[in-house]
Amino acid sequence: MMSPEFEVRGARMKTGTPRTPNPEPRTALAELLLTLADDEFVLGFWDSEWTGIAPMLEEDVAFSSLAQDEIGHARVLYEILAELTHDTADHIAYGRQPEEYRHARLLDHSRTDWAFSIARRFLYDTADATRLTVLANSSYAPLAGIVGKIRREETYHRMHMEAWVKRLAEAGGEAHQRLSVALETLWPDALTIFTPFDGEEELLNAGILPEPLMAIQQRWLGEIASFLQPLGLPFPFREAGGGRYTPTFPITMDSGRIRHSDDFRWLWNEFTMVYRAEPGAEW
Amino acid sequence: MTAVKDSRRRAKEVEEPCVDRRGESEATSSVLSSCRDTQSSVLSEVWNALAEVPDPEIPMISVVDLGIIRRVEWDDTHLRVEVMPTFVACPALDIIRETIRERLAGFAPTVEVVTTFAEPWTTERITPEGRRKLRASGFAPPIPGEEMVLPVAPACPYCGSHHTALENPFGPTLCRAIYYCHDCRQPFEQFKTV
Repeated sequence: MMSPEFEVRGARMKTGTPRTPNPEPRTALAELLLTLADDEFVLGFWDSEWTGIAPMLEEDVAFSSLAQDEIGHARVLYEILAELTHDTADHIAYGRQPEEYRHARLLDHSRTDWAFSIARRFLYDTADATRLTVLANSSYAPLAGIVGKIRREETYHRMHMEAWVKRLAEAGGEAHQRLSVALETLWPDALTIFTPFDGEEELLNAGILPEPLMAIQQRWLGEIASFLQPLGLPFPFREAGGGRYTPTFPITMDSGRIRHSDDFRWLWNEFTMVYRAEPGAEW
Repeated sequence: MTAVKDSRRRAKEVEEPCVDRRGESEATSSVLSSCRDTQSSVLSEVWNALAEVPDPEIPMISVVDLGIIRRVEWDDTHLRVEVMPTFVACPALDIIRETIRERLAGFAPTVEVVTTFAEPWTTERITPEGRRKLRASGFAPPIPGEEMVLPVAPACPYCGSHHTALENPFGPTLCRAIYYCHDCRQPFEQFKTV
């Protein structure tokens, strides 16, 4: 339960004062910001792995732009977090050990093949769009402000992924088959974007998080069911009535943002290389 | 005695800088607040100076044409300018802030140029003059409105033809897509509506 003092602080935050000295909600808010930033940051670095070797020149440009956008979004979110925790954005981004990152398990896989990268990005972009729609109404002004801007840019990412999912699915044959296999593999990990976390209740009560993560997840599933099903692509959920979807596979959400893969440790080694060689280096 | 009065006046000014909100979308009745006449005229000079600060990628267009200046606050000791990034990851932003700081250096002992996300910059903020300058520089200005879609057959900025097609939703910078004109056989860059 939330103390009255925190309610007052929550109200004060609404007016745009980005100070939250109360340690408890600050910890929860920091956790939320870290998950959002790490998702964008790690996805951005996976995108950049296509620079120079994408299947066509247009996608070389596209994935490089996507990478730039995501890492830019992460930077501003890390800056908001750094303000709260008296740290620096660079230190949060590059100065942690691999197990301290809080991105969703969906982002633990390497880029693999083209269909896999498209499937992963489609799942992420559609889930992120639903999440951002909710966060745009956050009572925490710095977060609501940046989300209002990020959402507009992400619209173009989502459109691009929807176009690619359609293109690969409608091509049939190997393209459809590879995309289906990728989606089957990724579905359980995609759900971890909405992994509940300690302190979620406090954030809900303060209006910092306007809706429970699991409710946002349900809305997202409802939104993409009608996109995937006509294309004959995997949507492994049962409609349980009242617009509720239950997965037809076993789920393990608990470690969704904590346990990380060897693929990620490889990526971490790449993107922290300069920082570790020259701590505190400025670009 | 005079010194005391002066320092009081300065203290009051520090407390209430003259604020120009003309770049805020929710600004309503009073664009200027707590400004004396002399301050207002200095602010006009500040805006004229800002109108000379070019976008580093398309130097024909200024930061005022782009609509990225949100708020200017001034008193005798300090000038503060709020800039709204066109795209969050825009790499030109640091150069823009530095150029503004250099151009405004004479207006106050300290000049501060800060980035704000208090409201999103949208392509609706580009002025009519800015749109004209974009077209004259060979860029198709963003499609007016709030809807974020890539146009099917936008007008070619070179020949005006609509016999055009999308080549790539992502272009040389985050804010532009690449199209091709089948009439004048030129590729061109179309600003995305955000």
